[in-house]
Amino acid sequence: MARAISHRKKMMWTALAWGIGLLIFFPILWTFLTSFKAEATAIADPPVWFFFDWTTENYTAVLERSNYPLALMNSIIIAVGSTLLGIIIAVPAAWAMAFVPGKRTKDVLLWMLSNKMLPAVGVLYPLVLIAKYFDVLDSRILLVVILMLINLPIIVWMLYTYFREIPGEILEAARMDGANLKNEIIYVLTPMAVPGIASTILLNIILAWNEAFWTILLTTVNAAPLTKFIASFSAPEGLFYAKLSAASIMAIAPILIMGWFSQKQLVRGLTFGAVK
Amino acid sequence: MGRITLDKVQKKFGEVEVIPPLDLTIEDGEFVVFVGPSGCGKSTLLRLIAGLEDVTGGEIRIDGKPATDLPPAKRGLAMVFQSYALYPHMSVRKNIAFPMKMAGMDQAEQERRITKAADALNLTDYLDRRPGQLSGGQRQRVAIGRAIVREPAAFLFDEPLSNLDAALRVGMRMEISELHKTLATTMVYVTHDQVEAMTMADKIVVLRAGHIEQVGSPLELYKAPRNTFVAGFIGSPKMNLLTGATAAKHNASTIGIRPEHLDVVSEGGTFTGRVGVAEHLGSDTFFHVHIPEMTEPMTVRAGGEVGLRHGDTIHLEPRAEHIHRFDDKGLRFACHA
Amino acid sequence: MATEHSKSSARFMIAPAVFVLLVWMLVPLCMTLYFSFADYRPMRNTFDAWIGFSNYASFLTSSSFLSSVMVTLQMVAGILLITIGGGVALALLLDQPMFGQGIVRILVIAPFFVMPTVSALVWKNMFFNVDNGLFSYLWKFFGAQPYDFLSQSPLLSIVVIVAWQWLPFATLILLTAVQSLSSEQLEAAEMDGAPGYSRFWYIILPHLSRAITVVILIQTIFLLSIFAEIFVTTNGAFGTRTLTYLVYQRVLESQNIGLGSAGGIVAVILANIVAIFLMRIVGKNLDN
Repeated sequence: MARAISHRKKMMWTALAWGIGLLIFFPILWTFLTSFKAEATAIADPPVWFFFDWTTENYTAVLERSNYPLALMNSIIIAVGSTLLGIIIAVPAAWAMAFVPGKRTKDVLLWMLSNKMLPAVGVLYPLVLIAKYFDVLDSRILLVVILMLINLPIIVWMLYTYFREIPGEILEAARMDGANLKNEIIYVLTPMAVPGIASTILLNIILAWNEAFWTILLTTVNAAPLTKFIASFSAPEGLFYAKLSAASIMAIAPILIMGWFSQKQLVRGLTFGAVK
Repeated sequence: MGRITLDKVQKKFGEVEVIPPLDLTIEDGEFVVFVGPSGCGKSTLLRLIAGLEDVTGGEIRIDGKPATDLPPAKRGLAMVFQSYALYPHMSVRKNIAFPMKMAGMDQAEQERRITKAADALNLTDYLDRRPGQLSGGQRQRVAIGRAIVREPAAFLFDEPLSNLDAALRVGMRMEISELHKTLATTMVYVTHDQVEAMTMADKIVVLRAGHIEQVGSPLELYKAPRNTFVAGFIGSPKMNLLTGATAAKHNASTIGIRPEHLDVVSEGGTFTGRVGVAEHLGSDTFFHVHIPEMTEPMTVRAGGEVGLRHGDTIHLEPRAEHIHRFDDKGLRFACHA
Repeated sequence: MATEHSKSSARFMIAPAVFVLLVWMLVPLCMTLYFSFADYRPMRNTFDAWIGFSNYASFLTSSSFLSSVMVTLQMVAGILLITIGGGVALALLLDQPMFGQGIVRILVIAPFFVMPTVSALVWKNMFFNVDNGLFSYLWKFFGAQPYDFLSQSPLLSIVVIVAWQWLPFATLILLTAVQSLSSEQLEAAEMDGAPGYSRFWYIILPHLSRAITVVILIQTIFLLSIFAEIFVTTNGAFGTRTLTYLVYQRVLESQNIGLGSAGGIVAVILANIVAIFLMRIVGKNLDN
């Protein structure tokens, strides 16, 4: 492994990688910059880069004049609520499958995965009907339940792969050391499982936050989260670039930061352990 | 304190009988090694004693008290696992303290024992580290520390050295032997390495397919292997086993001669062959000799440096008093012919 | 120690998850199946519970179905091409020694965390817009006529937006795979005299093949149901109506539930074909 790499080569790779990295990141950067411009500056010809009068007026405008706070609240409640509900249902299931595997465990896991692959349009109208029947259209509870259901397979899978990594010998060691089942769970299993559960929560909040099929089609105003709010941001040509940018940055910033922390879990969570 | 008795202990996994009914007594303070090829049931036997597996039949008694239905925690045994099984989220100190904490021991006593164990195992400087920051040998010591602080009736070791490199293994082997001398507590040790068995054990139990092939002290096993399996398994390099006409001359169906019981003679000798590989170690020389009587090369150990090379002709004379004779079932004849 | 007791409690622990997923899968799907054989148009108060396969017949023979399948295929293929090609290149690039590798990685994966509606709107307005988009300025800067992406090449525009979102996913997974390749293997190939491109072709690419397959399958599953990006940009116009979007329009816009449901069932069947391959790979991995 250890091999002297010429400094010039390393500089070359650095320059290339940074160039491409910035290019890919550019739309986000540009949105960020635009969000601090006056509307007129935002559509200036030629485009203005860094040197303009930075203003936060777009942010205050979005916060004051629109449904933004409600949408933000809805996003938080729906993303966090659906994830926690999913965790409550998934932890026992993943636990049992990892530690007491049976003959059909594999089949159950694969069947759960097949749920995730069901195209949403296939069940669109029945869901609308059911929601109407229970009078929960455009309600947070409906989206909490639906997003929990669509992400439950991923939650179970992620937890399962984490739990399976806890070596059996450690549990046996605890038993030899005199721990009863209660102490085994409190002192050994839980501390070892918590990091996995935390990563699962993180990734699923991200997935739920960005879900944009059910949130768009099953809400109007009351339960509309940021996905729907942004979609309805129908700017007349060019007039609202700065405010659109401010709203966008506020919608993606928290999740972007969470996402950077969860990059490792992303691979595990979205490939169902097929790539390690 | 620490006499373990197995009485017709049997284990089945489903329909498969891993350990047929088996009797064994481990005396207090003894260092007993279970040895055998992989899959011989030695680890299963240890786990039955530990209580990590349920017995299918028979009884286990510890110090005369029935322990068959006791959970592992109640048997008063400590175990050192192959993977060490340290708790990754706890510091070394907490790892060692865990069994005492579970037993509800008071803080001062816990501290005293941790200090003593850390001192004995050279862990004092590492008490506040996590297992992930330790080397293999240090982890091994933590696992042992966790076992000794409980002052158990007996220690169980499940191939504890197999994850260490060769040099470390020799060192740890001696440390464990030292520990046994100091504590004088019963130790049951599982390994597939006959060198470990020979060097550490008071008593060796040779297992094959769940059966006990022979029980005895290392020297008993070396001098009088009960059958060809034990003969071939104990001793390094392996005993040479010859069949056919050569064996018939000794009224046996198989005879065994250890490499160290063959003398290199200048001419004549019972066996004459061509040197294949010659390993010159300085202190000893090992020859792998191709002789017509054996399909595999015959291994010969000569003391010091013997100047024969690949391709040379060699004459060998076995020492008559060290020829082991086995009957057609592979069992040892009671006495020499 | 799997005793009988622990096995029954395990079943009890798995039951809630299995139950909710079973209900979630079966109830709506059966309803869709039921509607797909009915002539159900609530706006016109039409409801005829059984009209046989005529919904399927008219859905499958309509020109909009064929074109939607073509659009879906082109879209998915285009996105896969960009993300896999770009992903392999980026993964190899990020694996090189460099300064600030962690930061570059953060920059590259960022688009994945941008919600679909935001990325679609940002690209639509601030990049593709013919009057004020950055691309127009760029075109003008080089003396070219500004190009109206979304009306001239709507499909390509959507492909670019979605590929931008999924490139990080492919990169991250392929990077994980690249990093799991033992450097000894590459050094052995170097010792055997294989030049750079042969090492890529005979060692790296075969090593990545499994990860590439996984990326293709998972992305395909997700890409088949692209919705928000189309909804926000073209609303299905200008030949960007995918199968998913067609079904959505039949069900919610024209309220032809029977026809839409038949389309939904068709979409489910098509998605399952891809899913079977993915499940095989995942299932194999479970065994070891």
